[in-house]
Amino acid sequence: MKYVIIGNSAAAIGTIQGIRQIDKTGQIVVISDEKYHTYSRPLISYWLKGDVTEENMRYRDEDFYEKNDVDTLFETRVTKINSNKKTVTIKNGNEISYDKLMVATGSKPFVPPMEGLDKVKNKFTFMKLDDAKAVKETAAEGAKVLIVGAGLIGLKAAEALEHYGADMTVIDLADRILPSILDEEASAIMQKHIESKGVKFILGTSVKEFSESSAVLTNGATVQFDMVILAVGVRPNTELIAEAGGKVNRGIVTDQKQAVHGLKDVYAAGDCTESLDITTGQQKILALLPNAFLQGEAAGQNMAGKETYYLNAMPMNAIGFFGLHIITAGSYDGEAYTYTDGSENYKKLVTKDNELKGFILMGDVKRAGIYTYMIKWHMPIDECDFELLKTKPQLMAFSRSYRNEKLAGGYGNGD
Amino acid sequence: MKRVYVNEDRCLGCHLCEYYCAFANSGETDMAKTFKLNRNPVPRITVESAGDVNFAVQCRQCAAHPCVKACITGALSFNSGVIQIDDSRCVGCYTCVMSCPYGCIVIDEKNNGKTITKCELCTRNAIGEPACVSGCINQAIVFEERGEN
Repeated sequence: MKYVIIGNSAAAIGTIQGIRQIDKTGQIVVISDEKYHTYSRPLISYWLKGDVTEENMRYRDEDFYEKNDVDTLFETRVTKINSNKKTVTIKNGNEISYDKLMVATGSKPFVPPMEGLDKVKNKFTFMKLDDAKAVKETAAEGAKVLIVGAGLIGLKAAEALEHYGADMTVIDLADRILPSILDEEASAIMQKHIESKGVKFILGTSVKEFSESSAVLTNGATVQFDMVILAVGVRPNTELIAEAGGKVNRGIVTDQKQAVHGLKDVYAAGDCTESLDITTGQQKILALLPNAFLQGEAAGQNMAGKETYYLNAMPMNAIGFFGLHIITAGSYDGEAYTYTDGSENYKKLVTKDNELKGFILMGDVKRAGIYTYMIKWHMPIDECDFELLKTKPQLMAFSRSYRNEKLAGGYGNGD
Repeated sequence: MKRVYVNEDRCLGCHLCEYYCAFANSGETDMAKTFKLNRNPVPRITVESAGDVNFAVQCRQCAAHPCVKACITGALSFNSGVIQIDDSRCVGCYTCVMSCPYGCIVIDEKNNGKTITKCELCTRNAIGEPACVSGCINQAIVFEERGEN
């Protein structure tokens, strides 16, 4: 059996581990357009800030490929999937055959057309290690930085660049920061926190026109800059699958075994795919590292012949900005309980149909996983002491028999 | 394989397990001094109490180890039945905190929350076997073989 994996990040690594749990001997080939050993993409901001070395960005040990008997083809771009012949074409025209193919092509920065952007010399996206390296080369002490996009990527870049004493302005079309994961109250607390570190926000606006070192905004203001970070959003890399005839909506469409609709022996996982969000019942792109790994692992097992379903996907994020942590999960449509102590601690628990559907914890995030698994395991609210759970996540709120099963039972069964 | 089991009926909520855990992993040699000198070692076991119900909870070393699979850096790994943390590779993102069904990943306050810590069954300190268990005066937590993997 020959497995070919396009991509070398979390979903690809999950695939390798999933395959090797079942098939110890089949040939595995990883093809990546980057030149690096697998590294953690979310760590690029930590690297830029100086919190981790490049060596410590590796997502798996140095000998991972060797131990798992994986052949790697780095700095190699796949240009085409030939599903009839079961080969992929790489950039130099050569074809590589596969029995099972994994497409873990991830996503790319989305840069909308903006007037005059081509005049800006120092402009960067912020997704890959090479992006971070380019930013570092340009980031000078006290540099004026314009960040377009107040989402996870833009604000992580801001956190790192604060370390360089950068004078930062973040703009976003939305009227609040991190709208994809926070509610209005939490957005406001986080914005105030980040502003207290010297970052300026201009929200509800976009760039009308760039010139070489300034931008005129739609609200009429002008922002001077030495460099621009473009962090408006990301788009899944779906072209290879679409051209090969596989089904693509916003992301690549797979079944819950991660097999791509419309193509035989082709699987996909990670940020290029859609998942079924159990808290809303909707298909959506869940561009999250843990999701990518788990999809990849399930795919790998299926590719190697063990029937496995990737279930229970949902949005969830654990992230911090300038020392203020947030953990969020699920969706916020339902009855909300909110709590704030007037400082930066904020909590929101959302219930619907006798289940916890989502939560936001900011500041005090201790033991948040207890909430996560109430959602994942569909635990009925009326079978636990929800008043107790409102105060903090705790196992005391569950029945004695639940605790006996989970604790006296010794071996945990988290999944 | 020997595992930690919780006997809720026998727990008095005395928190001794937390002290023994924190001390065992502090690298210090004098328990009283360790706590009295305000070194605040962080326990990796938590006692929950409400009314006359008490129990201790620590990492269950899950076979599926969702924390390990969720870890964005590769700092967590599953070796010989124990989930281990390499804190030199932890960036304190708390993705594992989000991913633990038992709330057993502990934010390392001693390191200002920049890393996490967790129960490794005392396999990587000088004690070698769970100090919480040997320190428990009432067998409310036990470390024994019950035929599970």
